[in-house]
Amino acid sequence: MNLVKDNKKMRIPYFPGCTLKTTAKNFEISALAVAELMDIELVELPRWNCCGTVTSLTSDDLMRHLAPIRNLVRVEEMNENGEIKDEYRLVALCSMCFNVLKRSNLRVMENSEELEKINNFMYLEKDYNGKVEVIHFLELLRNIGFDKVKEKVKYALTGLKVAPYYGCLMLRPKEMGIDDPEDPTIQSDLLVALGVETINNPFKTRCCGSYQTVRDKYAVAELTYDILSRARKEGAELVTTSCPLCMFNLAGRQKEVMEKHPEFKPMPVLYFTQLMALAFGLDEKYYGFDQNYIDPRALLRKKDLLN
Amino acid sequence: MINKIVITSENVDFLNKISELSDQIITRCDQCGVCSGSCPMIADMDITPSQMMRMVQLGRQEVMESKAMWICASCFACTVRCPRGLDLSRVAEALRQVKLRQAIDYIDINNISDDEIERLPQIAMVSAGRKFTG
Repeated sequence: MNLVKDNKKMRIPYFPGCTLKTTAKNFEISALAVAELMDIELVELPRWNCCGTVTSLTSDDLMRHLAPIRNLVRVEEMNENGEIKDEYRLVALCSMCFNVLKRSNLRVMENSEELEKINNFMYLEKDYNGKVEVIHFLELLRNIGFDKVKEKVKYALTGLKVAPYYGCLMLRPKEMGIDDPEDPTIQSDLLVALGVETINNPFKTRCCGSYQTVRDKYAVAELTYDILSRARKEGAELVTTSCPLCMFNLAGRQKEVMEKHPEFKPMPVLYFTQLMALAFGLDEKYYGFDQNYIDPRALLRKKDLLN
Repeated sequence: MINKIVITSENVDFLNKISELSDQIITRCDQCGVCSGSCPMIADMDITPSQMMRMVQLGRQEVMESKAMWICASCFACTVRCPRGLDLSRVAEALRQVKLRQAIDYIDINNISDDEIERLPQIAMVSAGRKFTG
């Protein structure tokens, strides 16, 4: 592994995806800042394009895999032109991007005929040689070691009760998963390093409804109601996620939850990187709390974790 | 009275088409129901995921008119639990694609209110476009 030597930063290609540049800016801002503090420079892919957000699941749909593979070509290019030195891992933050990029990569690696077809179709691009490994930022941190994360903690988030929410796409299907699909611990292991008291929500891997939020917002609100009510019943004060769509469904849709369940009290949902930025004692501008659907600042002040 | 199920060549063709498109050996399903028990969207479905599988096995094309395949959120909860190793998300996708490839969309993006368009993140719009429109 390309670990830090002579105080040099680890430079690693990074795929942001469309939502991290818009409704999830707070995810990107906090993640880049905490990575920086951990001596990781996440280098944005030049000329990246949308991954497609959902993997096409039919057998005859190679066309849908062009967009993800084109992004992987960029990683190989960065290595060839010296922008990156011998680093073929591609980091994603958004769980959807992660899943799609990894799945397309696995598909063409298992089927050389399909890879050849894709390469021939994208004849204006360099061929994809299959060198890239798509990883989630959480995986990168786990590889470096959560003890190293702990070393960077300036203000331990003692007393804060957090239920990590995993959702689907960093866990399922199994070949795509970064942890046990039924009982993952990776987020909770990280949060423990920040000093948080983690709460186990039995619904931590239950789907938030994903794109069904476009078809029927109230159907999704019911799922949100179940997931968050259970987290609260177990003692959680806030929930963390690593997916901007889970974020919208769990936090943005609390408006619809309260229409149907007037007794429901809002519950903040944060990206795990926001809690890292807070625990690392970074400047407030890296927290991005102002962009959260449910403002967590009152809770954090009450807990004496924020000025 | 005995209801005899007659499997016609049309039924077999439909089963074969969905099997090929989904790349799944659908006849492997033995109707244990774990998928239905794992599905977070089942409350909104008209038939359960296991019923969907059974209908495809029998080549009953009326499965195409059911809501279940559209309510599926592709969360892969059934996929990781199926003891027969079947990926039901792919079967639901194949069924959707049969409709979408005939240019029969399930939702009309024009009907989404401006307020919702304003609120929804990009990944919601792109994925819904992928799953509900052709």
